Amino acid sequence: MSEALNEALHEEMDRDAGVLVIGEDIAQMGGLFQVTKGLLDRFGPQRVIDAPISEAAQAGAGVGAALVGCRPVVELQIADFVSLVMDQVVNHAGKWRYMSGGRVTVPFVLRGAVSSGIGMAAQHSQTLESWFVHAPGLVVVMPSTPYDAKGLLKAAIRDDNPVVFLEKRLLYSRPGPVPEGEYTVPLGVADVKREGGDVTVATYAAGVQLSLQAARQLAHDGVEVEVVDLRTLKPLDAETLVTSVRKTGRLVVVTEAARAGSFASEVVARVCDEAFGALRAAPVRVTARDTPIPYSAPLERAVMPQVDDVVAGVNAALERVAVEGVSA
Amino acid sequence: MTTVTRATEDVLALEELLRRMWQIRAFELRAMALFEENLIRGSVHPYVGMEAIAVGVCAALGLNDYITSTHRGHGHCIAKGLDLKLMMAEIIGREDGYCRGRGGSMHITAMDKGMLGADAIVAGSSALAVGAAHGLRLRGSDGIVVCFFGDGAANQGVLHEACNLAAVLRAPVVFVCENNEWAISTPAAASTRIADIAERAAGYGFPGVVTDGNDVLGVRDVTAEAAARARSGGGPTLIEAKSYRVTPHSAATKTDLRPPEELDAWRARDPILRFSRRLAEEHGVAPARLEQIEEQSRRDVEEAVEFALASPRPAPEAALEDVYAPAEWLTPGRLA
Repeated sequence: MSEALNEALHEEMDRDAGVLVIGEDIAQMGGLFQVTKGLLDRFGPQRVIDAPISEAAQAGAGVGAALVGCRPVVELQIADFVSLVMDQVVNHAGKWRYMSGGRVTVPFVLRGAVSSGIGMAAQHSQTLESWFVHAPGLVVVMPSTPYDAKGLLKAAIRDDNPVVFLEKRLLYSRPGPVPEGEYTVPLGVADVKREGGDVTVATYAAGVQLSLQAARQLAHDGVEVEVVDLRTLKPLDAETLVTSVRKTGRLVVVTEAARAGSFASEVVARVCDEAFGALRAAPVRVTARDTPIPYSAPLERAVMPQVDDVVAGVNAALERVAVEGVSA
Repeated sequence: MTTVTRATEDVLALEELLRRMWQIRAFELRAMALFEENLIRGSVHPYVGMEAIAVGVCAALGLNDYITSTHRGHGHCIAKGLDLKLMMAEIIGREDGYCRGRGGSMHITAMDKGMLGADAIVAGSSALAVGAAHGLRLRGSDGIVVCFFGDGAANQGVLHEACNLAAVLRAPVVFVCENNEWAISTPAAASTRIADIAERAAGYGFPGVVTDGNDVLGVRDVTAEAAARARSGGGPTLIEAKSYRVTPHSAATKTDLRPPEELDAWRARDPILRFSRRLAEEHGVAPARLEQIEEQSRRDVEEAVEFALASPRPAPEAALEDVYAPAEWLTPGRLA
């Protein structure tokens, strides 16, 4: 997936001289995860900026560059550092257009690597998309495949709105087909990654792989799971989601984020708003536990959702079993 | 740069500086009164006593140059040439305001006048100014960005980050610290152990200059030098303009801990009266002309108030507009 993202950046920087990237170790080194590899040689230091370790300044500078007509892409080395840029993103990027009465646009992309699952511990492993979903004015994207990652990043760069684009680090090395030619993946459109008639599993980012694995297991049991990859969390493609739930009558939402106030809760609420009558069972959330992410492998596994948890969540939605910790 | 000497000053241009200062003064006093009449919601943060800073700085800027501003931003707007009518309509919350009533006193934005926006997060716009400055350069403009902030903002973390990034990028930006001595109830001396905030520039490797913030021509001249440095690729400058806000922190702030004798001392150094005297003594401007400029400024503000009060209130439905810029995914009702 990192190569796909790299292609997206190359193509968009080629296409529009206003696109610039700024972040830590992104120029000379090509980024900790090589997403910005080769950009410096091709586009030079004015457009590919190795910034001092000062995330708030990088994000704020991105907003300022956007206001004067550039299309900045700010890379947060680790997505947890969003806590350091919150004011710039929430109070500036997300609001500047509205506060100005629509006089300005802020075409700004903030990328960050979500690093859970590999023992990076509590300050490098959070899944914090719900913070941004809650802030008006932002678009929030979390891709699950190389194809989607490339197409969505290109669309995000071209969009005139601020986009928070969170990438699961474990997916960087994951291969997947990416066509040769030019394409984008539209923002705000979900993708059914597997069709099935029994249970809808709505998920995104690394949750998609978990859910597809669970779906394969459940298929042996004769349960057909439909996996809806939301891709863009805000705006949410409620139409695709609700269409699936109307078909299956059952909903499981899978996210690697902590449970309370998670985006899974929002998805459940949205489905209840729009299709409560179609639900044949209580919706189920499969999430991380409400703890900081621990370091040691058995501890991290214990708090992060695993394939078995998704299977258990689907079984709960089918009312086949009552499962502790995943029931609604 | 070319230093403008007294002998070659264009008197009409000087009168324009005086007019802008009187407009700010009249605007602020009128806005405070309108707040008392409940015509302004929230609050307003008057710039009374500090007029020479904004007017002096903006006198050194051109049409391609931008500013960022603060919660105390009306003075910056007027100095940058924004329309008093549209400003007043915004502050009163009307449809014809600069931001159609969405932003109010603390968020006036006018890109066509080089006003990137007022920012009510203290020091919040400092990084934004650096990015805008870099962006202008990238786009081939010779424009620079002036970032206004106060002594209170000087101790915010993001300002440190922004100054350092500006230095590293050699961004065409000028940081203007308006040291008005007080951050609501906390004196600057209780917030830092250094006498001059401008000293901090040395830590970033760019020049820091202290200037008398109540001397409009002095402010103009140091800004012109800093702007020329920024424009020619010489990087940022930190200007600390020492001044004082004579009015309270905001129209809604009823408690003022400042000693009355301190206020009196600063009133005696009023930047507008001081500049008026100079115009009379050094440039031969007649007292009647000075009075006329003051009077006309008041009338300009009254016209702005009339315009604002006649402007329609925004329709409630408009509250849902402009959260996002137009986009393919933005279909009506989608985000409801």
